[in-house]
Amino acid sequence: MTDLLHRILPTVQKPARYTGGEYNEIRKEPSEVRVNVAFCFPDTYEIGMSNLGMRILYGVMNAMEGVWCQRVFAPWGDMEQAMREHALPLWALESGRPVREFDMIAFTIGYEMCYSNILNMLSLAGVPLRSEERMGLRNIVFAGGVCAFNPEPLAPFIDFFSLGEGEEITVEIVRLYDRAKAEDWSKEQFLLAVSKIPGVYVPSFYEHIYNDDGTLRSVIAKNGAPARITKRIVENLDEAYFPTKMIVPSTEIVHDRANLEVFRGCIRGCRFCQAGFSCRPVRKKSPQVLYRQAIETLSDSGCNEITVSSLSTSDYKGLKELTDALIPYCEAEKINLSVPSLRADNFSRELMEKLQTVRKSGLTFAPEAGTQRLRDVINKNLREEEILNTCAQAFAGGWSSVKLYFMLGLPTETDEDVLGIAELVYKVIRSWKENASNKKRALRVHVATAYFVPKPHTPFQWERQITQAEYLRRCRLLKEHLYSKSIEYNYHESNLSELEAVFARGDRRLAPVIELAVKNGARLDGWDEYFRYDVWRDAFDKLGIDPRFYTTRGYGEEELLPWDGIDVGVSKSFLLAERHRAYENRLTPDCRHGCAGCGANRLLKEVRCDD
Amino acid sequence: MTRILFEKVDDAVYISHLDLMRLFQRALARAGIPIRHSQGFNQRPSVSIALPLSLGVASHCELLDFALDGQQISDAEIQRRLNAKLVPGIRVLEAYTPVRKPKEIALLDCELRMEYDHGLPEGAAGALGALFSRAELVLEKRGKSGIVQQDIRPMLRRLEISGQGSELLLRARVCAQNPTLNPAQLIAAIAAYAPQYRPDFTAITRLEIYDESENIFR
Repeated sequence: MTDLLHRILPTVQKPARYTGGEYNEIRKEPSEVRVNVAFCFPDTYEIGMSNLGMRILYGVMNAMEGVWCQRVFAPWGDMEQAMREHALPLWALESGRPVREFDMIAFTIGYEMCYSNILNMLSLAGVPLRSEERMGLRNIVFAGGVCAFNPEPLAPFIDFFSLGEGEEITVEIVRLYDRAKAEDWSKEQFLLAVSKIPGVYVPSFYEHIYNDDGTLRSVIAKNGAPARITKRIVENLDEAYFPTKMIVPSTEIVHDRANLEVFRGCIRGCRFCQAGFSCRPVRKKSPQVLYRQAIETLSDSGCNEITVSSLSTSDYKGLKELTDALIPYCEAEKINLSVPSLRADNFSRELMEKLQTVRKSGLTFAPEAGTQRLRDVINKNLREEEILNTCAQAFAGGWSSVKLYFMLGLPTETDEDVLGIAELVYKVIRSWKENASNKKRALRVHVATAYFVPKPHTPFQWERQITQAEYLRRCRLLKEHLYSKSIEYNYHESNLSELEAVFARGDRRLAPVIELAVKNGARLDGWDEYFRYDVWRDAFDKLGIDPRFYTTRGYGEEELLPWDGIDVGVSKSFLLAERHRAYENRLTPDCRHGCAGCGANRLLKEVRCDD
Repeated sequence: MTRILFEKVDDAVYISHLDLMRLFQRALARAGIPIRHSQGFNQRPSVSIALPLSLGVASHCELLDFALDGQQISDAEIQRRLNAKLVPGIRVLEAYTPVRKPKEIALLDCELRMEYDHGLPEGAAGALGALFSRAELVLEKRGKSGIVQQDIRPMLRRLEISGQGSELLLRARVCAQNPTLNPAQLIAAIAAYAPQYRPDFTAITRLEIYDESENIFR
């Protein structure tokens, strides 16, 4: 008789995402496995399989003898409903084994709005949500990823967090667990031992005490846990593990291609950008190693597309050497090479021309703000002339589509800055009229505005978020001034960005809110189809927690911040100095025009920053 | 031109038609079998699969055509290399140079394994045999212009039913194209005309394909 899962599969959308069995999937003989790790991505298969971090850590853990790391993704709503109706517990793709039978359950968390998915996945697995309810060594839940840099809202649910880049620390953690299991340690013994691994944060070892006004008064470390935890980094990326034998999905995913990461960190220092600060120091891979890994990955996977990725690829020192080698290979093999995140400089323009022979996509700029004054405030080193020069050349070369991304609600923003966006858009349209070589193909200008979310570990970590009403007023103001038929204007959902802001700078008192919202049906919040703001509002109301405390209030410079115990390399004094420079409209040059002294180079022992 | 005969079974049955084409494009690249690309701006390796299979249906007789680009590789070598680079559930049974066009496929054999969780209803095999022997079997079909009535009986050439344990095995020879009888419509006919014999679950497998004269098509 056909089992339950196989009776459900024909009834749900895209069933191939629930079966595993892809090329390069790793299977091991269960009798030879001592530590089973369920590696959970708190979003759908299509999103999770596109994530390079997950591809790397899957390979890292499976390279360990006696360890089998298997993948788990959040089911889509139709599958979740079927699972709940038939009491089918969440399983791992490789073996089909229920998650609740695994030794360790790992999450990688890159986005605040997937917190509900973490709890919902534990619930679907039949694993107790709170750390204190999970006894013994089975089902140790740990998490990493960029959201672990302020993990407080998840503190009661996750046994420990792994901070920073996972290539080395994950091996140390899993090895320790292997020993703990062999020696039959208690969970307390294991947590105590794991807290000694540099970069591990065990939230239950810290007590948070609050002032009467609700701000954080002090954090008391217990059990000999360190007062401050420094994130881990890999110093030599050329020698670090890279997955050249990637799993090739049998069904289409969001980024359905090979991914070549050229460097980590960023020299730019845009003051709103969390990745730009928290991923420092800057370390690059050599073009020779990258070329070899690209060829290996492409020939092993059979992919016909590869993307070169980083936070700002034009700043990769080996870009010319790498692309000079890759372009002929890709042309011969009919492989599409995509190089996003290019700046509007001369070399990048030449490179775009060369890439055009393979494929031609639209131009994308992220000026983030409409006036030079505000771009100086946020330290976005993109000048109007650069945008317009690039547009002029591209229009002359036959391009006819431009995307422009902005944020609304940035610190010091006025209506003049909002209208500056419209002015910039019209200058782009004028440039098309003056330069377009083919006016028969109509110009399309896509304008998108996001609602500014202040993030931890950035110079804007103390800022207020503007209210939803004010954000929407600014959206309307902009919309009224964008009246050309060539323009398509979209703005981000304000409810979602407000919640993102709450959890980005949240503390542990928010944990019950997530718990209650999930109980009442919150999940897949990043998807319009499923996002339910009312469920979240209800949870805040019932628990008497005012979201404005975390958003429009703003944080005092003297205030102890919930994430102050986490050291990402960049110092708090540097962030504060950057904040003050922002209010003086002063730019901070990029790292190659003189080190600004952010402090991240402290993390390096063997190599020099950006060498 | 090269044609491969392949099977699609087990969990591979959940791979959709479009995804399957992409899967083969990549497997061919992995296997070092360069194939001709489509023309146009976004060039893709060009493969075509005859008679798209419904999601969830297994098959032992799928055909995929492509043209080698440049180097000559023997049929046996193509089969060997591809099978080394495919995924579980998809296996090349044969590679050869085709002489006939897929549009000559007229009929196919399918097997429906019908599961009854509470045991086989009494007289089910006989009643269903009688049902499919009727002169006319009109079903509602959702077409481009709304719901239309369609008689599926003329598209059903042969049918046998046998029972074993709590399962019924229904084998049928049906029209494969112009017009097509989707084997799932046989279950729809049971649901419409003999709902008491409706199975709790049905696993469908495509067994063989034929031309108009009922000779096996390759």
